[in-house]
Parts: sequence; structure tokens; C-alpha cells
Amino acid sequence: MSSAAQPVEVDRQTMDVDIVCAGFGPATGGFLTTLTQAWSQNPADPAFESKVAPGMPLQVVCYERADDLAAGVSGVVTRAEGIRTSFPALDPVEIPMAAAIRQERVFYLLDPIGASRRSLMLRMGDFFLGLGKALWAKDSAFELPWTPAFLHKQGGLVLSIGQFNQWVGAQLMASGLVQIWPGTPVSGPIFPEDPGGAKRAVAGLRLADQGVDKHGIPSDGYLPGMDVRAQLTVVGDGPVGAAGQRLDERFGLPAGQARREWALGMKFVIELPEDSTLEAGTVWHTFGFPEPEIFGFLYVHPERLVSAGIFVPSWMGDPGRTVYRYLQHYIQHPALWKHLKGGTLRSWGAKSLEESGKHGEPFLTGDGFARIGEGSGATNMLTGSGVDEAWTTGMQLGEAVLEMLRAGKPFTQENLAATYEARRRASRVERGAREAENARNGFHGGFVRGLAGMGLAGLTGGRLSLPAHIPPAPKQIRRLGAYGKAGLKLREAAALAVADGRPLHDALMTARGWPEIPFDGRLLVTQQDALLMGGKVQAMPGFADHVVFLDRQRCISCQEKTCIAMCSGQALTLGDDGAPAFEREKCVHCGACLWNCAQSPDGERSNIEFMAGAGGLHSGEN
Amino acid sequence: MPTTLHIVVCAGIVPDPLQTLEPTTDPNGPGIKNEMVLPAVLDPWAASALYEAANFAAKNPGSKVWLVSLGPKAKLQQVMMTVAQKVGFELVPVDGPIGGFPDAHATAAVLADTIAALPGLERTKLLLFGGWESATRGAGVTLQLVGERLGIVNQFQGVDQIDLREDGSFEVLERVEGGKHQVSVCAGAPAVLGWATGNLPEPRNNPQVGMANMRTIMPALQKAKSVALEANGLKYVAVNLPSQQRVTRVEKNLSAEEIAREIVEWMGAE
Repeated sequence: MSSAAQPVEVDRQTMDVDIVCAGFGPATGGFLTTLTQAWSQNPADPAFESKVAPGMPLQVVCYERADDLAAGVSGVVTRAEGIRTSFPALDPVEIPMAAAIRQERVFYLLDPIGASRRSLMLRMGDFFLGLGKALWAKDSAFELPWTPAFLHKQGGLVLSIGQFNQWVGAQLMASGLVQIWPGTPVSGPIFPEDPGGAKRAVAGLRLADQGVDKHGIPSDGYLPGMDVRAQLTVVGDGPVGAAGQRLDERFGLPAGQARREWALGMKFVIELPEDSTLEAGTVWHTFGFPEPEIFGFLYVHPERLVSAGIFVPSWMGDPGRTVYRYLQHYIQHPALWKHLKGGTLRSWGAKSLEESGKHGEPFLTGDGFARIGEGSGATNMLTGSGVDEAWTTGMQLGEAVLEMLRAGKPFTQENLAATYEARRRASRVERGAREAENARNGFHGGFVRGLAGMGLAGLTGGRLSLPAHIPPAPKQIRRLGAYGKAGLKLREAAALAVADGRPLHDALMTARGWPEIPFDGRLLVTQQDALLMGGKVQAMPGFADHVVFLDRQRCISCQEKTCIAMCSGQALTLGDDGAPAFEREKCVHCGACLWNCAQSPDGERSNIEFMAGAGGLHSGEN
Repeated sequence: MPTTLHIVVCAGIVPDPLQTLEPTTDPNGPGIKNEMVLPAVLDPWAASALYEAANFAAKNPGSKVWLVSLGPKAKLQQVMMTVAQKVGFELVPVDGPIGGFPDAHATAAVLADTIAALPGLERTKLLLFGGWESATRGAGVTLQLVGERLGIVNQFQGVDQIDLREDGSFEVLERVEGGKHQVSVCAGAPAVLGWATGNLPEPRNNPQVGMANMRTIMPALQKAKSVALEANGLKYVAVNLPSQQRVTRVEKNLSAEEIAREIVEWMGAE
């Protein structure tokens, strides 16, 4: 479905509220927690009287796409400074799968297989490390003797964001002051017909139509998405959220800003063998394997659960880049496998990370709206930290809204800028974002250069960094024609794919020398089995396809088809006409297709539109 | 002539049956591993009963639907945020320590006492709805026991359809062995109807229905009475998960035909 496919004249339900939020994640959690904590102290405070329903309390609602507040998100390690500010007495025991960080280690992983694409300089380094195997490299891993402070998250928490969201959501709803509705995707903001001279104005949110076919055409049980009109619209729906995207399309980004850097994070939640010695709160950061561009992690939760995963960045220009297969090789690296072997896959998940940081910061405020969280460019790409920053931006908006309510001020752009933006600019989130602004530039010139640039920025507080031209995401994908034949082994892989009926990118990795995965049905399972193990992926009927190919001819002529290779749920496959075919029921809403498209219609944007959709991954153990 | 109905739906919350569920034994008896971290849903069979109840209520003006649910208040609240968007009902929550495999007799006693105390409920209009079994952990007898305790003798299980008649009687389509249905005629309320899937699709999420329900659901949750289930000296010999458990096996050397044959045999064995 495209926006244009929406019926023009439909009888939509409307509802007026004071505050409406798009998306329930850490940012919105921080916002609503701040609001309700103050409100609960004095529920009769006239500041909390509704403007749209005089005599009633403030009407605050939040709409979340996922079918459960615990679904479709991920595990993290976080410094939790903002979270602990909201909950000073927080005891990790209260939150399932949460643990205080006890140990942090950083490993450079050598390639014990010999299949990864390493530069000459890296091979020389690996050779040197390999010579001292007995002294400093154990299990094909070299532990950094010193970890720079910017990478540490001492005093922080290992969390399952699914469980954390659920814990926060339960407290918010128990307050009786706000309502959080899962399973309700937002199709986009409502823009006022008469913005009253404001450059940027929003009047609420429109919910997604239900009872439509895959193209968005009304069918059985058609229920047009309701218009929820609000005094303040809070957009916290993440980097690929429909509301945030529509705002960017409408208002553009501030001059000089662009969203060009992304990564796909994918992880397994694994139940460790009973004799595991890994202690809850253990955190490992890794780099170097399965490819130099791929960073990895291992976080240990209580109850012998561990999250192990990797990030595949957009600057890994390989058009055949993929994630699931790489993750399987990652967990089999000797340094990890000695702990994970004999474990059981309990859950699995994937998510796009917006890695532009400050470079991708949109307009934060306008008349009647404010943006918070990852979609507002809050993520610190130097420390690799986003959850606590998102939470903190939500807190800042909450404090600002409290100030405006108590002063009787309307939610105008001017007032929101003077309260919310001012708080944010003066905060550690802003300082961190500025320090991190150019920290990853070097990676566009290679892995070693990237590490050097990151170290330079980290050790100088962002004062020094490497310059770089960062191309739009579609142009970061190397075109097949420009890539060495020997490297791709495309023909060989294609033959394998045809013979085995397997995805091309999977066959490509085999052709490149990666060993076949020794499936065991417990931890090493096919990607299709992973969709079912430890959860489920499903989509409610009656919603339109949320992944739309704008110009099919571009897709048909595209040789790279990176969107298919990077699709976390194998929801994109090669269609009969040569264009990708989308199966909504297998989509986990990671949003990878949005930025893994080599066929930009304008040099910047993707040829794929990622819209509002219901369903996705259902697992609380994420 | 529409009939005014008082429909009470008994529906528990359960770990989503499509998750990987694993029975364990803890100090309190048999349980389900990591139950608190698994996504919870309204028991799917009972959810069908709720949708049917709402449909009947909509067709019979003056009718009312209560949803009686026993479970931890926080989980109930979470599940209600999804269920409340679908159809209108009045929630009657009972805050109890449900989890694992609770005793059906103790559960039925709590539910029956709660239903008997519902203000405004008229026995002559009462249809007691629920799932004919649980998708996750039920003993398959709770609803019958509730009916027995309320003294309702007309009971039907595996119901897929009822047709109300003008004189207040109704025709019931019950599932029986061999994939067939048994047709019965019941003189009228009160009756117990344990639903199978019914014939209605899952209703759309309607935010306005949700907002309307929330006006009564949140106060009800805040006032929910707490109960403890009586142990009754119960000893568990064994517990099993429902038969629709997913079975995953990796086969590298079997042909598609062999795999198909095995699946057919497996389905036949079920």
C-alpha cells in the first residue's frame, strides 16, 4: 500500500485527547514515567485537567505497533543513568532478565576459518597475533588489556528491553493515568489544514486502516484508521517508525543533516548449558569476526540466559551482506562456542539501528509535536548507547510538558523549544552526541582507519576526528559490476542456490569458503526454524503490506537485491518477475529493507517504503 | 423478538501457546518454565467465546457481557490492553496467583463464587461461556465445574454455533468425534456453553471500543479482590502440554516424499 492508495473520502472515527504518543519504547517510557510520577503526587492539581474534555483528567494515550509491549524489541547493556534517575531504588531483581553489570571485556576475534574478507594490513596484524597464540591469543581471541572509558558501562544494567518495557508499561497502566494500546500501528501524523503560520505543525495521529487487502484497498470488515487529534503529539516510534518518517518527508531535515548510517542488529537469546560458568552481568564486546566490519556482543542475563549478537553496518558495502548466517558463524567462534555449545535457542530478534547520531537529528519540535528517542537522533554512536539516551530524552520532554502544564502554556514550537529542546541541549545526551558526531567517519575509509578514528574521537572527547564523505545509504552498497569476480563467486553461488533451493546470499557465503552450518535443531537451526523457535512471527489479517516497492522496474533491474539478503525474517524473497516478493506474515519489522536498497530513485532515498504495519515477532525473551 | 441475555465469559490468561512451553517442577508443584517472561494472551478458546458473546449481545439489545478472569492483576491488565480493543464487556478481575497448572476445582470455586456475587446478574438470563479447554494448561473441566457449582445442569462442550429462537430456547452445534457435529435444542437459560472456535473472525482492534472499555476496566482492576487458591491436598501425577505443540527436527538426508509421508503419519497419530 502506498499513501496514495488510501481512500480519499472515508468516514473516519475521530477522538480528541490532550497528548498522543506514537510508539512505546524506552523514550516514550521515560516520557510517560516522568509525567505520571509527578501527576500521581497530586492528582487533583488543576494543571492536569484536560483541555479537550474540561472537568476530566488529562487524556493521555499511546499507540504501539507491536502486539504486546514486550514484543519486537531487543536486549541491551546500558549505563542506565537516566533510568536510575527515574527509579532511584531500582533493583534489577524486579525486572526479569535484568542484571547489574559485573564484568566488561573487549575481544578482538581472529578468523579461525579463513573465510572473512580481511585487508592486507589486518592479515598482517592477525599473523602477528597468531604468532603469540600461547601468550596473548586464546581461543582465537585477543583480549584488549585496556578498554577506553568511553566503551565502559560500569554501574549499568544488562536488560531485556522486552521485559523492561513490560515492567515500565505495567507501572504506567497501574497508575490509571495513561493508556497504552498495543497492536495499534500509527500510519502517520495529521497535519493541520491551517498551520496558522507555523513552519511545522502536527495535529495528532492517524491510526492504520484495518479490513483492507494487501494493497490497502478496503475489503471485509473495513475499519478506517481513527484520527486521534491531540494538543501534543509525541513521536517516539524509533528510526523506521511511520510517524517519524512522514515528519521527515514533510519537513525535511535541518540543513546539513542526513540519515545515511545504519546497522542491523540481530541476536539470539540462548539458554546456557547447566554447567556454564558465565556469571550474570558479564558483558563482552567483540570485533574482527565474522567480518572485520561486524561488531558483536555477549550479555549474560540471570537464569543462565545469554544474548549473543552482531551488528552489520551500512558501511559494510558488500551487496551480498547478510546477518543470520553470519550470526551463526559468530556464535561458533571458539571464544564464544566453548560457553554456548550445548545451549538451546530460546528466542531471536533483529532491529535496525539509526547510526547517524547527531548527523541525523531531525527537527525536534514544532507546533503541537515533539520527537524523542532513537528516531530523534539521540543514540550515541561512540559509546554504542541508545536506550538510556532515549529514556533521557523522554524524561526531558516529560519535565518540559510538566512545566508547560503548570504554567498554562500551550504546546507551541516556541514553548517546546524553550523547555524540551533547551533541556536536551544542556544535557549529557547532547554532549555525548556531539562527542560522537564524527567518531565513526573513519569506517567509510576502511576498518582499521575506522578504529583509529573512533579511538581518536573517544580519547579526545570528540575534539579530534577523521574527516569523511558519508554517501547516502543506497550508494554505500557496492555495485556488483564494481566488485571482483573472484570475491563474489556469484556464478558458483547461483548454481548452488538453484541446486539446493537456498537463498542466494546463503549460497554466496558457502561459495566464499564459509563452512556449512552443522544444524543441531537446538541452537543451530535454519532461519525459517528461528522464526518459530522461542516465539512466533505472525501478522494480524486485515492490514495492508507495510513494505512497498515504489518502482518495481528498478527492483527488477537491480542486480544486488541486498534487501533480500539482509531481510531478517526471510520475508523478502525473489519473485517470479525478478522483483522482491514480500510476505507480511514473516516480517519482524526490523526495517532493514528500508536502507538495504541499492536503487535510489533520487540518489538519497530508498526505492522501498516501510510503512505502518501490525504483527511481527512475538517473544518476551528479547 | 430479541432475547435479553446475561452472558458471563470465564476466560483465563495463559502463556501464548505458540511460544516454546516447557513444563517444570518447582516447590509449588508443576509449572511452566519462565512463565512470567513469556507473552500472555487470553486463552484462545475462551477468546472465541468472548467474541461470540459480544456478537450475541450486540444482536440482542439490553444484553450484557461480563468477562470473569482469575490471574495476577498486572498480567490481567496487560492482556486487557489488547482484548479491550476488540469487543465491549465488563471486566470482573480476580487477583490470584494463577500460573503453572492450577487445581481446576479450586479455580472453579473462586470463579463460581465471583459469578454468584455479580450485581444485577439474573439467573434466568444467564449463559455461562468459556473455552471447552485451555490452549495451554487447562484440565478441560474448569468450566463444567463452575457450572456444577452454580447448579446449572444444561451444559454443552465443543460448541461451534448456537442459534437463538424467539421463545428463548436455542439450538446448539457441538463437536463430537469423527469431525461431526451434534445438534441439540436447549429450552433456555441458564446454560453452560464451552466454545470451540465458533465461526467469528477475531474482531479488529477498535480504539473507541478500547477507550469505552477502559472506563470500567481500570477501576475494576484497581478494586480486584485477591484470592488464594485452596491446595485441597492435591497431588500431581503428571502434567502435559496441549497436543498442538510444535515439533522441530532437522533432517538432511530424507527426500521430500519421505518427509511428507512422515508428516502424514504424525498427523494421523495425533
